Amino acid sequence: MAAQPETVEQVRAVTEQKYKYGFTTDIEADVAPKGLNEDIVRFISAKKEEPEWLLDWRLKAFRVWQTMEEPQWAAVSFPPIDYQDAHYYAAPKKKAGPKSLDEVDPELLKTYEKLGIPLREQEILAGVEGSEGKSPAIAVDAVFDSVSVATTFKAKLEEMGIIFCAISEAVQKHPELVKKYLGSVVPYTDNYYATLNCAVFTDGSFVYIPKGVRCPMELSTYFRINQANTGQFERTLIIADEGAYVSYLEGCTAPQRDENQLHAAVVELVAMDDATIKYSTVQNWYPGNAEGVGGIYNFVTKRGACRGKNSKISWTQVETGSAITWKYPSCILQGDNSVGEFYSVAITNNFQQADTGTKMIHIGKNTRSTIVSKGISAGKAQQTYRGLVKILPRAEGARNHTQCDSLLIGDQCGAHTVPYIESRNRSARIEHEATTAKISEDQLFYCRQRGISEEDAVSLIVNGFCKEVLKELPMEFAVEAQKLVGISLEGSVG
Amino acid sequence: MIEIKNLHATVDGKEILKGVDLTIRPGEVHAIMGPNGAGKSTMSYVLAGRDGYEVTEGSVTYYGKDLLAMEPEERAAEGVFLAFQYPVEIPGVGNTTFLKTAINAIRKHRGEKELDAMQFLKLIREKTKALGMSDEMLKRAVNVGFSGGEKKRNETLQMAVLEPKFAILDETDSGLDIDALKIVAEGVNALRSPERSMLVITHYQRLLDYIVPDHVHVLAAGRIVKSGGKELALELEKNGYRDFGASEAA
Repeated sequence: MAAQPETVEQVRAVTEQKYKYGFTTDIEADVAPKGLNEDIVRFISAKKEEPEWLLDWRLKAFRVWQTMEEPQWAAVSFPPIDYQDAHYYAAPKKKAGPKSLDEVDPELLKTYEKLGIPLREQEILAGVEGSEGKSPAIAVDAVFDSVSVATTFKAKLEEMGIIFCAISEAVQKHPELVKKYLGSVVPYTDNYYATLNCAVFTDGSFVYIPKGVRCPMELSTYFRINQANTGQFERTLIIADEGAYVSYLEGCTAPQRDENQLHAAVVELVAMDDATIKYSTVQNWYPGNAEGVGGIYNFVTKRGACRGKNSKISWTQVETGSAITWKYPSCILQGDNSVGEFYSVAITNNFQQADTGTKMIHIGKNTRSTIVSKGISAGKAQQTYRGLVKILPRAEGARNHTQCDSLLIGDQCGAHTVPYIESRNRSARIEHEATTAKISEDQLFYCRQRGISEEDAVSLIVNGFCKEVLKELPMEFAVEAQKLVGISLEGSVG
Repeated sequence: MIEIKNLHATVDGKEILKGVDLTIRPGEVHAIMGPNGAGKSTMSYVLAGRDGYEVTEGSVTYYGKDLLAMEPEERAAEGVFLAFQYPVEIPGVGNTTFLKTAINAIRKHRGEKELDAMQFLKLIREKTKALGMSDEMLKRAVNVGFSGGEKKRNETLQMAVLEPKFAILDETDSGLDIDALKIVAEGVNALRSPERSMLVITHYQRLLDYIVPDHVHVLAAGRIVKSGGKELALELEKNGYRDFGASEAA
């Protein structure tokens, strides 16, 4: 049964809301000329005062990229991107790199405040509280257009040997670590967008957790595209050494603009023996307006390597934004007994398109992976789950469980599930479950008869549908997800 | 007081209710009996305000207010409760969360302060205990994996928590064995009060052995064709609905 028009309308209002982060900030910016060529790559590298080896790496990537073609296999469609019609570097104008928050442009800090991340406040609060263990603080790295503008709590983390800084800073201060791990999970030849990122990446976050250290707070990066006609190519590299633990959060927003903007990020995670990395994303890039004009193209490569035995990498993502999402956070389960997890909620509305999923590559013995994907489509949106589970011959006793649920709202949207399963070891166990459902009139009427408004009923039902995934988010981030999905989080009672 | 006057309603353009008149005073329990297809469920949905059930003529006055002008959630807030024939499953939404959302929505509508987690927990523990239900049912998702009996008991619990002024029980006996029926009926009887009216809709007399009505009405072909006391139900049990011009195979 088709949903009533009013229901569709309500749902539209709930899921669309008004894009609250659509403002721009007036800051004088240092912008590279439009276009993409070797000179631009050199320009970026020079701006960052990079060592020779990194420039060489960028140039190698750029030359490979020129020979590559955009992938066509995803179930998304968009007009061809003119890669020459964009700026590949934009930075807020400033004298030198900020040493502390006091040196950061106040306009910029205001922007982050509007986004709900008062950097200064957090640092002050932490200073007052001091004692560890109390309401866990979050260390934030803020990336504005192409540049990391402020990283909080740095000193405190340094005491424990944890490195959390902009990747451009890590290149200067910890070149041996960057050189060792950069491109070790996603090589510069990997794919069209990742290779482009290698050539022109501007900033991003770098995390290193030393042996046996459990990072005491959530580490978080906020990405913001401000400048018109710029792409954002950030690069994140997280390394958890033997026995280390880290939980990392990523949030994204962009101003409301009529043209499409490209976001091609690369995230690499490395977990050594007995290490755990939990990576959570709440992605709310501008999705375009109700007619499908504007919005971010989010073409992201995220991959984690469980290098050591008993290591674990867990991806949790809540994806509500972007005009087009092309994203497959993956795990390479190399170490014996290593574990990969992927929990995803993707909400698409209006003309949004999402082709998202994961890859679990089982190499080591007794490796395990879990995939839980929840897709919600409304309006004229199209969504595809695309997942690969690959068991290699040596992966004795490997196990995978995949659960893939789609919820449709209205009768003009679509949900598609494309699982790829390859097993080359007879002892492997692979399970795949998939369901597609609609929010039924029965459910809505039942809720309304109990006094719950239609809007709240939709939130309640969608919340229930996503519950398995939302409960994987760190508490600090759950609030964010709640705002985005327009739902009240379960379990607040009893 | 609830006054239904000359109520006509259509579903998909087809007239199902063809002029129903009924007055229910506070504290009264009325039973509506009738053959399949007589319009019993339509009547419950029209009173609760379900989309797709269009009133073409007549009125329903609910404690002086025009019930038909209200949205379903407003009617609920004003104290109309429908115990569903087929309670709906809502996966992933805990029974407790659902009930708390509902009661606070209703309290908000009435200008009352919303219950906090502790107050709500206290209330719901009290109600489950009074109905002899286990806490375990509260932790599960709304109606998901519930047996027929559990679903109906859950409806009774919701009624107990939301404390309606006017409860409509739509075929509450369907899908219940005799033991489950007794338990549910006990729950309903415990909620009878001088301020609360009930409309019990049923095909079989059986339910009325346990929930004894003050008045019984026969609904056939969209009209109330006969009214009487509780003995009318027994008469129907004996003679069936043939006398009222209904074909058995409706």
